[in-house]
Amino acid sequence: MPTSTANSATAIRAADVRVDASAPGKRRRIRSYYPTWFFIPAIALYVVFFAIPTFSSFYFSLTRWSLFDSTFIGFANFVQFFQNPQLYSSFVNTLIYAVITSGTKVVAGFFLALLLTGPVVGRGYLRAVVFFPVLISTIGVGIMFKSLLDPFHGMVNAVLGFFGLPEPGWFTDPHLALYTIAAVDVWKGVGIATLIFMAGIVAIPHEYFEAAKIDGAGGWKTLRQITIPLCRGATATVIILSLIGGLRSFEIIWVTTGGGPGFTSDVLASVIYKEYQAGFFGLSTAGNVVLFLLVTAIMVPLSYVLNRKQVEL
Amino acid sequence: MFSRRTAARVAATLAGAAVFGGTLVGCGATGGGSGSTITLMAGGNDPVATKTANDFAAAFQKANPTIKVKVDTRPGGTEGDNLIKTRLSTGTMDDVFLYNSGSLFQALHPDSQLQPLTDEPWVKDISPDFKKTVSTPKGVYGAPWGTTFDGGIMYNKKVYAKLGLSVPTSWAQFISNSQKIKAAGITPVLQSFGDTWTSQLFVLADFANVSAKDPNWATDYTNNKAKYVNPPALAGFTHTEQIFKLGLMNKDFASLTNVNALKLLATGAAAQYPMITVAIGNVVQSNPAQVNDIGYFAMPTDSGEPHATIWEPGGAYIPKSTTGDKLVSAKKLVAFLNSPAGCEIQNKAQVPSGPYAISSCKLPANTPALVADELTYQNVKKTGLALEFVSPIKGPNLEKILIQVGSGITSGAAGAALYDNDVKAQAQQLGLKGW
Repeated sequence: MPTSTANSATAIRAADVRVDASAPGKRRRIRSYYPTWFFIPAIALYVVFFAIPTFSSFYFSLTRWSLFDSTFIGFANFVQFFQNPQLYSSFVNTLIYAVITSGTKVVAGFFLALLLTGPVVGRGYLRAVVFFPVLISTIGVGIMFKSLLDPFHGMVNAVLGFFGLPEPGWFTDPHLALYTIAAVDVWKGVGIATLIFMAGIVAIPHEYFEAAKIDGAGGWKTLRQITIPLCRGATATVIILSLIGGLRSFEIIWVTTGGGPGFTSDVLASVIYKEYQAGFFGLSTAGNVVLFLLVTAIMVPLSYVLNRKQVEL
Repeated sequence: MFSRRTAARVAATLAGAAVFGGTLVGCGATGGGSGSTITLMAGGNDPVATKTANDFAAAFQKANPTIKVKVDTRPGGTEGDNLIKTRLSTGTMDDVFLYNSGSLFQALHPDSQLQPLTDEPWVKDISPDFKKTVSTPKGVYGAPWGTTFDGGIMYNKKVYAKLGLSVPTSWAQFISNSQKIKAAGITPVLQSFGDTWTSQLFVLADFANVSAKDPNWATDYTNNKAKYVNPPALAGFTHTEQIFKLGLMNKDFASLTNVNALKLLATGAAAQYPMITVAIGNVVQSNPAQVNDIGYFAMPTDSGEPHATIWEPGGAYIPKSTTGDKLVSAKKLVAFLNSPAGCEIQNKAQVPSGPYAISSCKLPANTPALVADELTYQNVKKTGLALEFVSPIKGPNLEKILIQVGSGITSGAAGAALYDNDVKAQAQQLGLKGW
């Protein structure tokens, strides 16, 4: 799923740029090639599978809901959700996790892209290697790393132990678990970031680099003055996608630690899922509404700022 | 305006949709009509649950050639809970389904969702304790499925014999035994947080001791008057903490799984494991030669008078949506479970881990040794039901909280306070008064 989201996001961005460049201000007058009724099935699907569930979830977050019946209880679920003793730590964990994964993906993705668009031996192979983890299912990745990083029977600690190095409890040490998961998430997701950066770097006209070379700019200066600023569109896309992904990440945390040990790697999404598991459907829906509002509150201004800078460029 | 061609396309689309819809309706309608076929939902989707259900269906069909039984499976754990609630609330539940008794059963809203079985002939044979766990004031809804089992300490008898230890009754004796075991180079107490549910046993299996000390504890607890932060219930939390602090646990406690812990116990690499005795079924699978090396004792107490905590078996239920001929057949199937032929299948398919909850089923001769240990507590009447059968409140985060306590992240007292708070959420969701 992240693949398709990323692709469609880049596609939309590319389309926007094209429209902006060729015919500014003419967007509204673009006429559809299809008769209006052609859109009815899509609208019907959208209403049934997206609009109705979204709005009914706002209603159900105000009820005590047992699958058999529901009682309207006003904002009691939200009050209870915010009184959850694990809420604060899971909120902090969510932010730490989102910032770490998103930041690392931006930096690592950029340098990998730089490497893979440059003259490097075995470029095609390396590109495949970097992108490969994106193709595996998140659950599969989680299970794989859980066995690789098992503190007593895992391969990683066996190797560390062979060299006489300490053998940490990657997923079982409360101080380490969240960071280990973040690292696994980066391993899995950096390929998408790299791909987007590669597209951004390749799209920079070659003349700039030639001009820089003639002017005597070194590698570092070229990077700072040309590559980084002209990649801003790609950077914005990577930040937005990975931050959203980080804020609502769940699968990999659930598979590897289940939020544990104890509650030390719990994030908002796992707290919500646990409430659903416990049969607190109204409460868990309230949590989802909060998560939705949180992601929107962070992403809308951020995306506005990032995209405005892009236009100014 | 729509052109004629457009109108034709619309008509074709609508016709297509109608055919599609019709197919769906057709699917929903199959299975109606004659009452000669009923469905049975197994108690899970693991090999044992599936095989047991299939064996029952086959034996029942042999005894009742006019009735066919189709077996369905379902996921276990909370996923299964939610599936069952969904199927019940949409009126699509199987004609007979196997599910937990006690508080999980109460959460199904039995009076509005299940067929009462109060007048069935087998009801007189079930034990009073089990009857309570499948009943509401309005009636009895379930027949027992499987045997009862106890919570406490499973221990390796050979290790105890080798070190000359005797079964402890007080907590002090348990600690002193454990230290002797440690000195002998054997893991004294197993903890297996790789399966989070196993972290709860020091608390859950101590409940018979709590109710022995304060018979009203469960009622007070349900009414928001008794708390885990206070004695006698606090003991389970402080004991969990103490085992960690004294270094009496296996090193790989954070990642060890239940099945592997049982292997260590069976082979004598470890001596004691707070567990429910139903886990002996896994030992029968993995270490059949060592099954009888494993014994059981109730959770020791500070005062030295331990009581065994008993879990009642799950039940077989019939949903309200099953009526007419199917209801008659479904009732026959439920009665068959605890008939002589049904008891024989239960004895073969599941390892009996305690006495049956119905007098019509008898334990076979080759039960695991720990069942005899359990019976000694029953014979002297030093037993009590687990909390989930006497109160509807069980906080969803107990296992995580006890992992925190058991790994030294928080203290026992802080864990108990956290759990009292966790329980509040559950009580409020259930709409109990006084919370």
